Amino acid sequence: MSEINIQDIIKPENLVYEKTKLMTDKTLSYCPGCGHGTTHRLMMEVIEELGQENDTIGVAPVGCSVLAYEFMNVDMQEAAHGRAPAVATGIKRLWPDKVVFTYQGDGDLAAIGTAETIHACNRGEQIVIIFINNGIYGMTGGQMAPTTLPGMKTSTSPYGREIESMGNPLKITELIAQLPGTYYVTRHSVQTPAAARKAKRAIKKAFQNQIDGKPGLSFVEVVSNCNSGWKMDPVQSNTWMEENMFPYYQLGDIKVDGKLL
Amino acid sequence: MGELKLMKGNEALAEAAIRAGVDGYFGYPITPQSEVIEYLMAEKPHERTGMVVLQAESEVASINMLYGGGGTGKKVMTSSSSPGISLMQEGLSYMAGGEIPCVVANIVRGGPGLGDIQPAQSDYFQSVKGGGHGDYRLPVLAPASVQEMSDFVPIAYDLAFKYRTPVLIVSDGLIGQMMEKVELFDQMPRLTDEEINEKYPWATNGKPVGKEKRVLTSLDLDPHKLEKHNFKLQAKYKKIEEEEVQFELIDCEDADYIIVAYGSSSRIAQKTVQLAREEGIKVGLLRPITLWPFPKKPIDDLVVKGVKGFLSVEMSAGQMVEDVKLTVRERTKVEHFGRYGGVIHSPEEVLDALKSKIIGG
Ligand SMILES: Cc1ncc(C[n+]2csc(CCOP(=O)(O)OP(=O)(O)O)c2C)c(N)n1
Ligand code: SF4
Ligand SMILES: [Mg+2]
Repeated sequence: MSEINIQDIIKPENLVYEKTKLMTDKTLSYCPGCGHGTTHRLMMEVIEELGQENDTIGVAPVGCSVLAYEFMNVDMQEAAHGRAPAVATGIKRLWPDKVVFTYQGDGDLAAIGTAETIHACNRGEQIVIIFINNGIYGMTGGQMAPTTLPGMKTSTSPYGREIESMGNPLKITELIAQLPGTYYVTRHSVQTPAAARKAKRAIKKAFQNQIDGKPGLSFVEVVSNCNSGWKMDPVQSNTWMEENMFPYYQLGDIKVDGKLL
Repeated sequence: MGELKLMKGNEALAEAAIRAGVDGYFGYPITPQSEVIEYLMAEKPHERTGMVVLQAESEVASINMLYGGGGTGKKVMTSSSSPGISLMQEGLSYMAGGEIPCVVANIVRGGPGLGDIQPAQSDYFQSVKGGGHGDYRLPVLAPASVQEMSDFVPIAYDLAFKYRTPVLIVSDGLIGQMMEKVELFDQMPRLTDEEINEKYPWATNGKPVGKEKRVLTSLDLDPHKLEKHNFKLQAKYKKIEEEEVQFELIDCEDADYIIVAYGSSSRIAQKTVQLAREEGIKVGLLRPITLWPFPKKPIDDLVVKGVKGFLSVEMSAGQMVEDVKLTVRERTKVEHFGRYGGVIHSPEEVLDALKSKIIGG
């Protein structure tokens, strides 16, 4: 048997997958197995494929993805906690021909920033919002989020989320879908290659809507895992997500082309 | 000579924003400054210059719209009154940290809390000492007339872009609401997108072809790097203190006593100076135009010249008086006088205070 030489393998004709140039070479700050990194990559692939590298401005949140601007290779602004939709509004209103997106966690988008989220959606700002719902405050060490499931244990609901005193998990995506200002509202996940491919199609549609000047905001929720915050290994966390998060946060389109499904 | 008009202070500010080539105004109504956004909406500046005007859902949203728009190199403005400005402090701190230019007008009303809707000057501390969290300062311009409500708008933008910082125009309900004759400056062109790209390479409006992406952030998790960033900010503030102080001296050459007053209080104090001089008391007025940087040198010069006392006259319980005291350093007498909570002092009350607290005291 002849020896396999690495030089013989790394050749252009053998290339099956290439990292988008819109992801920087910086090592991701995310825990291994976390959905944040995958979602970043899908978004950047979409922006590259749509040829928008030089016309995109992204707004990063406060949360685990606060450093998204170090990984995404487009012009970026870092917003205060929850304020990204207002920041994006300021950009888009003054540069209507540019592509503007926010990337936000559930605490950022559905707790502290609820007003900014709802009003940007209600005004029909022509921006894309990518919403990472992991049911927890990952960055600050696993506290309860507005999206934390009933009975779910977090550091501020150590005996499980008690609905009577702590309220119900907020389905903000269903809520904003009711607003006439949203044009495309959909929920996905990225834990398997098949799920990631679907999510990518949704993200692409969202950006395409903006490029085409479709009236209203395009909103993609990604139900994601937080293995660290949930205190599970990555595989367990994905199984737990499929068994517990998906029944409550059902995947699929909620509103397409301005019409509720 | 520019166009002459009789206008409210708030309207003059709004008209000046259009004429200064502002690209976007984002605001939320609050008395006594709602005329700013009302005037802008009625004027349809989009048809005049292409300027965007948007009513936001809150002052928190407006200041963050400024963050976004200002971060792309556009000229952005908001205005509010005290409670609304309190809500903007988070955003202002982020903009100071991220070095994003904007202009914010505060038409101050009585406080604390919801207070009232009458004129006050009790937001001095908040304006000149930073206001939000972290080590930062904002240049603060204090108009004393409807004319200056217009004139200070382009000056504020020059400072905002020269130093990449938010700039405050701190006025009060009296100047915002009163009508005076204004000579409006001629329309200045808005910058084109190409001009913005040429002038402001830091602006995040789409990564230029073949160049590095731009990022605007106030975050650095490495304390040594963040300290370095703070050193840079402090050096900028030092330069502003050295180069941007503005003030006015009225009847100070032969004065034995000096009133220090800005905005509405300086208008009232001007009358006090006249009343005092009619009685043979030689009083002068020092009017800070920039509240920060504070005019320390002219005060110091007056101390050295042998002035016998300073009365800081403010519609507050005594805020600017602390800066006067820090400058005078007990070399001569410094006292405060002012009505507050929305009450406006009369020139006679100021004269009485001068006599009892400084001359006789
Ligand atoms: C005004 C303000 N309040 C609180 C915080 C602390 N904080 C930082 S991130 C965060 C929660 C983030 O959770 P989420 O948006 O769900 O993002 P994740 O980390 O889960 O992706 C909080 C409370 C802050 N930075 N600013
Ligand atoms: S803490 Fe959770 S959300 Fe944050 S990077 Fe780790 S797994 Fe992801
Ligand atoms: Mg979260």
